[in-house]
Amino acid sequence: MEKFLNVSGVAAPMPLVNIDTDMIIPKQFLKTIKRSGLGVNLFDEMRYNQDGSEISDFVLNQAAYRKAEIIIAGENFGCGSSREHAPWALKDFGISVVISESFADIFYSNCFKNGILPIKLSKECIDILMDDASKGENARISVDLEGQTVSATDGTIFKFEVDAFKKHCLLNGLDDIGLTYQKIESIDKFEEAQAKITPWL
Amino acid sequence: MSVPKTLYDKIWDAHVAHEADDGTCLLYIDRHLVHEVTSPQAFEGLRIAGRNVRAPNKTIAVPDHNVPTTEDRVKGIDNEESRIQVDALDANAKEFGIHYYPVSDVRQGIVHIVGPEQGWTLPGMTVVCGDSHTATHGAFGSLAHGIGTSEVEHVLATQTLIQKKSKNMKVEITGTLRPGVTAKDITMNVIGKTGTAGGTGYVIEYCGQAIEDLSMEGRMTVCNMAIEGGARAGLIAPDQKTFDYCYGRPNAPKGSDWDLALSNWKELYTDENAHFDLKITIKGEDIAPSVTWGTSPEDVLPIDAVVPSPDDFKGGKVEAVKRALDYMGLKPGQKLSDVEIDTVFIGSCTNGRIEDLRAAAEVLKGHKIKDGMRAMVVPGSGLVRAQAEEEGLAQIFIDAGFEWRMAGCSMCLAMNPDQLAPEERCAATSNRNFEGRQGRGGRTHLLSPAMAAAAAVTGKLTDIRTFVGAV
Repeated sequence: MEKFLNVSGVAAPMPLVNIDTDMIIPKQFLKTIKRSGLGVNLFDEMRYNQDGSEISDFVLNQAAYRKAEIIIAGENFGCGSSREHAPWALKDFGISVVISESFADIFYSNCFKNGILPIKLSKECIDILMDDASKGENARISVDLEGQTVSATDGTIFKFEVDAFKKHCLLNGLDDIGLTYQKIESIDKFEEAQAKITPWL
Repeated sequence: MSVPKTLYDKIWDAHVAHEADDGTCLLYIDRHLVHEVTSPQAFEGLRIAGRNVRAPNKTIAVPDHNVPTTEDRVKGIDNEESRIQVDALDANAKEFGIHYYPVSDVRQGIVHIVGPEQGWTLPGMTVVCGDSHTATHGAFGSLAHGIGTSEVEHVLATQTLIQKKSKNMKVEITGTLRPGVTAKDITMNVIGKTGTAGGTGYVIEYCGQAIEDLSMEGRMTVCNMAIEGGARAGLIAPDQKTFDYCYGRPNAPKGSDWDLALSNWKELYTDENAHFDLKITIKGEDIAPSVTWGTSPEDVLPIDAVVPSPDDFKGGKVEAVKRALDYMGLKPGQKLSDVEIDTVFIGSCTNGRIEDLRAAAEVLKGHKIKDGMRAMVVPGSGLVRAQAEEEGLAQIFIDAGFEWRMAGCSMCLAMNPDQLAPEERCAATSNRNFEGRQGRGGRTHLLSPAMAAAAAVTGKLTDIRTFVGAV
């Protein structure tokens, strides 16, 4: 995985609550056996008409947000299906930070495996950032993972919490499997002990 | 005396293979279920890194999401991308030596129905799958949840998951259910109460008389939708019904192993005075046969209610409801029982088991579906299908005008050819009413199998309590 770099860029406002992973990447794009190339279909049914033309009022189709790197979203972002195609599509489009009041569990975890930082902030902070993001190219939101801060255009700084281990992996682009292999003896021992207690497994 | 533990605490503690100072754990996984959509990239990752599947004997694969459900599927899958994905699972299962039920096998079906049916799912286990409805297996008192593809690869390679422990939530359904009320109504009503994010960060234990009274099939329906409430997993403590269900299944323990397993499983309950971070109680008698009206599983109401107005809500939900009503083509104040239906879908990992088909067939007996109605039954597995044929249920469905299909996920997520057209309105026994879920522009109302069957006959959402004997 690539290292997570600090971001300073345009943020797309998506105030809708409960944006589910079916919206983020509809099922017809799950038939791929690759991880790449899904950005063009990100939010497909909100973004394109059935004939493939763009729906002009959808946020990512507006000139200011075509190269957005951040999404400010309504609460419970990423609910529903466990499809990792959702963060793959976001990343492929160029989104590396999503900021919301809350995230669904599996989506939240999937983001960290793909170099995307999901940031949880309070409703008050989200309201300010949503307002800021709606100014389009006139706004610039900055995210510093090391310092755990989000800065609005006017310089207001919001501190966020993130799990120390997840932060470490994201900052260093670490491969989870490689890290777990370092603890392989613990797994071997666990299996030996389990075989005695629950041999039917 | 030791600290009282919840059922979740007990299963968690029994599976921690390593714990770091910050509480990050390696949780050992007893069963890894695999399907064709979320696994190809994981197997490819293993190949690129030159890694093996650590425990092929604990890994079970079955194609379900993409497979056509028409009988001519034996000739192959027409859609090229779907065929490539299913072929990839065939090849990966062979290359890595994992258990496999191909499309041609009578045991093939939805992964969450095949697991319990074949005795892969047992009490006290940890079970994962690259699918959010893995929560289903919690009905056995096993800790079961969905994971992403990177985690699928991690489990394939290490048989563990990197996890931090969730909080404990207790959902108690007291008393007895009224006639016409089912496990589906219980689980939808819990989500209606907590909201789709209410369970985030928690593992739910469902308990209470109404839960104990459910069959294993019903308990699977309840746990299946724990994820729609945002919970990591849903659990129900195993009891004699659970043990009876498991006994004799192909992969359940036999002989002295069974006796040993049973004594172990009898310890799987929440200790008296164990700590729950959150408790919710619902009276079983207060639950009515229910349907969803919007585009989130939390948008649920009793069938005799009316479509709500955006003004009934607060905050971000106001805009979401406006959007949902527009998408669903519904007006505030409209009676839900007046909503006309084009299509009925009975199936899915939520309601594709034999008991679900029995409940629907019971309602359909002696009736025909409404003229112009499209109605299909997709059994959850080939074995459910075979049993339904043996019991004469298939004939009841066929006589009523239903299509009798082969097993798969089908129109629950419409990755195969079974899809809704724009604005086509469907009464579905599945689990998600999201925009576009069953086909772009398609409108989904979630409900129980009996209510779906009644809707097929009357052509509109129907109160099962008034339908019985009324038509």
